[in-house]
Amino acid sequence: MSHAWSQNLLYLALLLSLAYPLGTHMAKVLEDGRTLLHPILRPLERGIYRLMGIHEDDEMGWKAYAWSITLIKLLGLAAVFLLMKTQAALPLNPERQANVASGLSFNTDVSFITNTNWQAYGGEATLSYLTQMLGLTVQNFISAATGIAVLAALVRGITRRSAAGLGNAWVDLVRSTLYILLPLSFALALFLVSQGVIQNLSAYLHTAGGQVLAMGPAASQVAIKMLGTNGGGFFGANAAHPFENSSPLSNFVQMLSILLIPAALCVTFGHMVKDRRQGWALLAAMTVMFVGALAVCTQAEVKGNPALDGLGMTQVASLDQPGGNMEGKELRFGPGGSALWATATTAASNGSVNAMHDSFTPLGGLVPLWLMQLGEVVFGGVGSGLYGMLMFALVAVFVGGLMVGRTPEYLGKKVEAFEMKMASIAILLPCAAVLIGTAISVLVPAAVASVSNPGPHGFSQILYAWSSASNNNGSAFAGLNTNTPFYNNGLAVAMLLGRFGVIWPVLALAGSLVKKKHTPEGLGTLPTHTPLFVGVLIGVVLLVGALTFIPALALGPIAEHLTLRSIR
Amino acid sequence: MTSHSRQDRPLFEPAIARRAVLDAFRKLSPLHQLRNPVMFTVWICSAFATGLWIQALTGRGEGRPGFILAISLWLWFTLLFANFAEAMAEGRGKAQADSLRRSKRDVKARRLLGSDRTGPHEVVDAPALRVNDLVLVEAGETIPGDGEAIEGVASVNESAITGESAPVIRESGGDRSAVTGGTLVLSDWLVICISSNPGESFLDRMIAMVEGAKRQKTPNEIALDILLAGLTLIFLLATATLLPYSVFSTKAAGQGHPVTLTALVSLLVCLIPTTIGGLLSAIGIAGMDRMIQANVIATSGRAVEAAGDVDVLLLDKTGTITLGNRQAVAFLPADGVGLKRLADAAQLSSLADETPEGRSIVVLAKEQHGLRERDLHALDAHFVPFTAQTRMSGVNLGTRQIRKGAASAIEAYVQSHGGTFPDDLRRTVDQISMAGGTPLVVAEGPHALGVIQLKDIVKGGIKDRFAELRDMGIKTVMITGDNPLTAAAIAAEAGVDDFLAQATPEAKLKLIREYQAGGRLVAMTGDGTNDAPALAQADVAVAMNSGTQAAKEAGNMVDLDSNPTKLIEIVEIGKQMLMTRGSLATFSIANDVAKYFAILPAAFVATYPALGALNVMRLHSPESAILSAVIFNALIIVALIPLALRGVTYRPVGAAQLLQRNLLLYGAGGLVVPFIGIKAIDWLLVALHLTA
Repeated sequence: MSHAWSQNLLYLALLLSLAYPLGTHMAKVLEDGRTLLHPILRPLERGIYRLMGIHEDDEMGWKAYAWSITLIKLLGLAAVFLLMKTQAALPLNPERQANVASGLSFNTDVSFITNTNWQAYGGEATLSYLTQMLGLTVQNFISAATGIAVLAALVRGITRRSAAGLGNAWVDLVRSTLYILLPLSFALALFLVSQGVIQNLSAYLHTAGGQVLAMGPAASQVAIKMLGTNGGGFFGANAAHPFENSSPLSNFVQMLSILLIPAALCVTFGHMVKDRRQGWALLAAMTVMFVGALAVCTQAEVKGNPALDGLGMTQVASLDQPGGNMEGKELRFGPGGSALWATATTAASNGSVNAMHDSFTPLGGLVPLWLMQLGEVVFGGVGSGLYGMLMFALVAVFVGGLMVGRTPEYLGKKVEAFEMKMASIAILLPCAAVLIGTAISVLVPAAVASVSNPGPHGFSQILYAWSSASNNNGSAFAGLNTNTPFYNNGLAVAMLLGRFGVIWPVLALAGSLVKKKHTPEGLGTLPTHTPLFVGVLIGVVLLVGALTFIPALALGPIAEHLTLRSIR
Repeated sequence: MTSHSRQDRPLFEPAIARRAVLDAFRKLSPLHQLRNPVMFTVWICSAFATGLWIQALTGRGEGRPGFILAISLWLWFTLLFANFAEAMAEGRGKAQADSLRRSKRDVKARRLLGSDRTGPHEVVDAPALRVNDLVLVEAGETIPGDGEAIEGVASVNESAITGESAPVIRESGGDRSAVTGGTLVLSDWLVICISSNPGESFLDRMIAMVEGAKRQKTPNEIALDILLAGLTLIFLLATATLLPYSVFSTKAAGQGHPVTLTALVSLLVCLIPTTIGGLLSAIGIAGMDRMIQANVIATSGRAVEAAGDVDVLLLDKTGTITLGNRQAVAFLPADGVGLKRLADAAQLSSLADETPEGRSIVVLAKEQHGLRERDLHALDAHFVPFTAQTRMSGVNLGTRQIRKGAASAIEAYVQSHGGTFPDDLRRTVDQISMAGGTPLVVAEGPHALGVIQLKDIVKGGIKDRFAELRDMGIKTVMITGDNPLTAAAIAAEAGVDDFLAQATPEAKLKLIREYQAGGRLVAMTGDGTNDAPALAQADVAVAMNSGTQAAKEAGNMVDLDSNPTKLIEIVEIGKQMLMTRGSLATFSIANDVAKYFAILPAAFVATYPALGALNVMRLHSPESAILSAVIFNALIIVALIPLALRGVTYRPVGAAQLLQRNLLLYGAGGLVVPFIGIKAIDWLLVALHLTA
């Protein structure tokens, strides 16, 4: 077995075994339990509440919860925008970065508050250290905490009976940050520094040979960028940059941290609904889809471009070269480390890249594209992946429930018209944004001009950009110049729709579920922890994804792949 | 309580089918289609395709007029087939309604001007009657409206409503006082207090129900509608955006032509869930129809659907679980008393006792001891009837005084005659009580002779039905007025999961509320007025047609057969309705995969020839591929009409097994069938030279 495949196996084994302890810990945090961190952090937590005037025990209905989340996002939007527009006059700007142009500011700003982290900006060429630290890094934490909070609210909607409150948004945000994101980020940052990822506030280095080496507080931002499924790079080259991702080991650990919290949240879910099998079932569904995608992507990249075989070039791995499709990839990661990263970063809504997805083989590029189009539910973003998956689970339960002749119910809560409406909206909106955005782009000459490749690949570039923004991923099929007014504004709208167009229906749904009575499970109840249900859930996710996007994919990567195959 | 049911109607009765064909065209009106977002989309697509055809006729179209015409015709057929399905389902109901309406002929009523039957009256038309009017109905006359018998007793032929020709007794007072308009008094007379205004009677409601006139969408139907509308929207976007994608791709590839509107419209109709969308209303109507076939009238589709969700079933013990009455099963003599002597005394004391219990004692004496019935007059016997004061009955034969009754009553009787009540008899009495039986002690003067053991007889086969219910995930609870000991014994024998002993109307109501608070859906049957509060509280409440008006008003279903175990069938029909919807929805969506493989390569092969590799069915040409997919999409609706009307088969197995079975059948089947079907149609089109 080659290096790529054994790395994949090790990756999965470690991911799943780390998910359990972390998931249990997170359940305690969200359920008011005591954790090992409490002796140190609890006083701090109390201090924050006192300072902010938050009453821990105040319950919020779904609307209050949703408005709180929206409010903190709007505040973030204003703060980051202000920072970018005034950074030239602010401290911690050794390179004297100018104020950021409005269109780019807006786009970057939106992308960070929505956990998309679309890189229209180039980190080291645009932003001051202060903007990076106070603007982007802070939003990385808040947007990840938002995901966890919304998920917690949804789970409470499921577990609480005939109630109204979904918890307190502020408390959920503070606790997620304090007990989950901060400690993990701290540990990861230290580890990354040990691997050579930089962390300083110095001016850029100018070497004797005339090279400029960008500097900055990279490790602290990279840690939460990976753990929070944010993905916005400190440097423009993102994780392909040696100062951001220095070694194969740092690469591996960063990949692990992409899916760590999303996978562990499944375990958390099982704990919170008092039936661990439910969490395992969701984790199993995600894992199966992930393994399938990973296998296709790895195979495509390790095998390389079939058209090159005829030209007398070798793409076989040897001591001299990693083999496979090496275009646009870092030597220290190879096709295996790049394919795994690409799959993980798009399965989760991370969007960091350590290779150019644009240069992947058509099939290798199809995998990340499709994973995003599935709605970022194969692990998905921190919190958002699981609540997105739960929307699909409700659809699966609905169809499955009808098939066994009973009003569908999930974990004891009846799934009725209102739930179907909200779940449909949450699934539909990002899909609509992708399809409509792409359609407008191929019609508007200014947008078409951004495309760098002819033929189906050019179409894939546009489709990828909209899929990434609408599903809050943030990775790009490089090659499409998106720092234009059209894309800056259009993609920002897609990002907002992809975030709030899902959060609001999810919370509305939680608000409806929380009011319902609990129906005890019986023989006639559709079991939602069995392999059969896992199969149905996978079927629903894949079918919705396939049926919505296959026509578009046929004109992009599929046409490209089949053409490439026919050339040989 | 016969298990009579209406004759099963064949699925396709020619008369109904003929009417349905006409209705299918009538339902093409866009106003009618607007109710169903999926089919309305098809309507717009059909109209649009027709426009494309007219455009092609002028020579400025996008393709061969013949091809576009074929597509638009088949799109219209898709609509017609869906309409036909709905019309078929409605037609079956209408036929039923017509036969009901026949019994609603113009009836004259004799309205009493006072409250006295012999007093003056006036003759009015039945529709002129209002609530609280009193009418007199005599033998040979039709009862003019729903009401309650307040005086008299009569035998009534209710076959117009129940389909059961054996007459039933209706009498004032008690639980058999309710009469239904349109039924015929065969003998004697009744004074009836009318209880419904014209248009609101049971018969009117029944007609409205079977005609589907007042049909409202049920909750699950609405939820499914939303999901289907969501899917339709997604597919609308996916196909509509294909046009710009295709224009861009054609330019980028420098070859081929953008996808035709005909192909896009075809793709859209093939993708949106037309199979389930077209059959959805037919499934609902057919579900109601199946209820009617089972001789149950539901007041709403909602109730039928709720029946599928029932998880607790409350059943009255008497008449449902056990035969109506207790029966004597053994004579247990006291120490020193011969069995024969006890049996003899028991028989004598019961000869004049016309209660079912009394008769069963005579029967037992005859069967076990060969004691023939004797002539009471010859014996100079005087029957002593049961009274609430003495709590005994018996017979005086000259100086012999034989009594039978409850242990405490007999003990007092024996002691008053200077005897003693033996201890061994007391033990026997206790043992019988513990075992769920009823002990009747027999005494002659001061001597207590022994005990007659009376027992409830559990109906044959009822245990299996309860086991079936348990497999369906439904809990059965027996309701009885018996003491807890007796109740427990019968519950164990009948195999119910739980019981409520010494049940009062309040206790029943409380029990139902408790289950409901625990999130369970409760179904119950009832017939008496004292059942009415519980019926009103239960989620699915089946009133017996033989029951009181109050019970019928409180329930949301009426069982014309008055068969308490009918609930099991009702639950099955409810489940069937949901299963049919779920299965056809799954089938419909799974179909889309094959349709993509047919239409996508056909639409884009000119731009990217490599996409021809996706034509896995090796369809003849782009035109034949698109046409085959559209034809398949239309024909599958017709093919599934019988399934929609009949319903997916329900088996009383757990949910997991049901899901597995239906997924395999309708999910996997839905993936595979269209590949075969589309290929076959393509082959036929080519063989018949119907395509380019």
